[in-house]
Amino acid sequence: MAIVSISVELKDQPGQLLKVLEPISRYGGNIISILHQRDKMTPLKRIPVEISLQIDEQRIPDLINAIKKNGVIVKGYNEVRLIATTSVMLVGHIIHTDLSDTINQIDSTGFAEVVDMHISMPQLNHPSTAMVTISATGKDELRKALNLLNEICKKKDILVIEPLNEEFV
Amino acid sequence: MIRIAIFGFGAVGQGVAEILAEKKDEIERMIGKFRVVAVTDSRGSVFDENGVKLTEVLNLKQKGSLPEGLTTLDIIEKMDFDVAIEATPTNIEHGEPGLTHIKKCLEKGTHVVTSNKGPLVVAYNELSELAEKKGVKLMFEATVGGAMPLIKLVKNNLAGNEIFSIKGILNGTCNYILSRMEMEKLPYNQILAEAQELKIAEADPTYDVEGIDSAAKLVILANALLGMNVRFEDVEITGITSITPEAFEVAMERDYTIRLIAEVNKITGTLKVSPRLVPLHHPLAVTGTLNAILIQTDLAGEVVVMGRGAGKKETASAIVSDLIEIFRCR
Repeated sequence: MAIVSISVELKDQPGQLLKVLEPISRYGGNIISILHQRDKMTPLKRIPVEISLQIDEQRIPDLINAIKKNGVIVKGYNEVRLIATTSVMLVGHIIHTDLSDTINQIDSTGFAEVVDMHISMPQLNHPSTAMVTISATGKDELRKALNLLNEICKKKDILVIEPLNEEFV
Repeated sequence: MIRIAIFGFGAVGQGVAEILAEKKDEIERMIGKFRVVAVTDSRGSVFDENGVKLTEVLNLKQKGSLPEGLTTLDIIEKMDFDVAIEATPTNIEHGEPGLTHIKKCLEKGTHVVTSNKGPLVVAYNELSELAEKKGVKLMFEATVGGAMPLIKLVKNNLAGNEIFSIKGILNGTCNYILSRMEMEKLPYNQILAEAQELKIAEADPTYDVEGIDSAAKLVILANALLGMNVRFEDVEITGITSITPEAFEVAMERDYTIRLIAEVNKITGTLKVSPRLVPLHHPLAVTGTLNAILIQTDLAGEVVVMGRGAGKKETASAIVSDLIEIFRCR
């Protein structure tokens, strides 16, 4: 499941919102919030509305098409948030092997990023330990990011300890 | 009358002989009369078509090697027996000498019960096809998880299930070291020395601590229980030697511990042995030399087994249970 924000412009008339809600319901979306931005009314007197919902990632394109077919202007929808997260442990010379490079390589994938890190450094020149939390746009993307992290750490001789459960939260 | 030959008379072979002697009556009630017609070790053998006296052979072995004479291969060629218990030392590179013993026994139509991982790691599918062709059984409960029921549990009790994945702890030495590091927050080398003193780890611990033993067992599980066709080289292996006490501290702040987990998963294609973060209250977070396994199935859901993964009596227990399974009176 992914979380999507869809921005639409609706005419200031009764029944307009239904044109958006009906397809969402049909495609099994679960609405998280609806934000009417009356104060940002467009010159053509349309009202920007921001809808956040949870939906099966694969249904997003169909949903957008269905909303457009109902005559609604869709301004954008690509704000898929990071929804899969896991923590992995790194043991080794994490700092001396260019920590920021390790993080950058994950962040530059575009689908995953390091969102939290806790490092414990016992002594100078001793291996340190880091608990790294990575978030990605989906489970497959998270798996890809972990594979990438494994590759990077193999080159840098850092031990990667993955969690037992594949069920990423 | 069931005629048994025991090949390999180290701790496991002797353990089997002891159980067969001590529990003769109980076992015979289940499978009918049996006798051991040959016992061999790497140097020699004791054999008698009318049955050897196990207590005498055990006494003889206490004093040294068995008398020189017929080798294991001679016995396989010249003697008639119904089941071979193959318990010679393991070699996971070429599987010998066990591989030849097992092949020759199966070829002549003899059942085989083995505790020897090597031949199965090298040639499981070939051996299993050979056994099927000859209409005999190849049993190997003792190769993985010692006394912990696993092979027969999946083949018999979980029959009809599809097995998606098996993951868990297959090496008691690593588990002892890791659970002691968790408890004492002492460095790996110090705990290893302790394990060596207690004879839990060998003088050269490479085979255990580098994950090789776990990987060999994982190959057997993948091929025998998940219907795969993988080799030892296909396993991605990371050992436990670079784990620090600080790693445990950081893990425990989040209610995790660290264990060496062997995992095979048919869906994700995972085949690896590596240290993993295990939630403290997870059934696989066992301590000491225990082994534990989590099996994921389509019908039965998740099944967990735990038990003693090594030891003379424990391994012999698995062999005897295989023996009974083959001959149990129906």
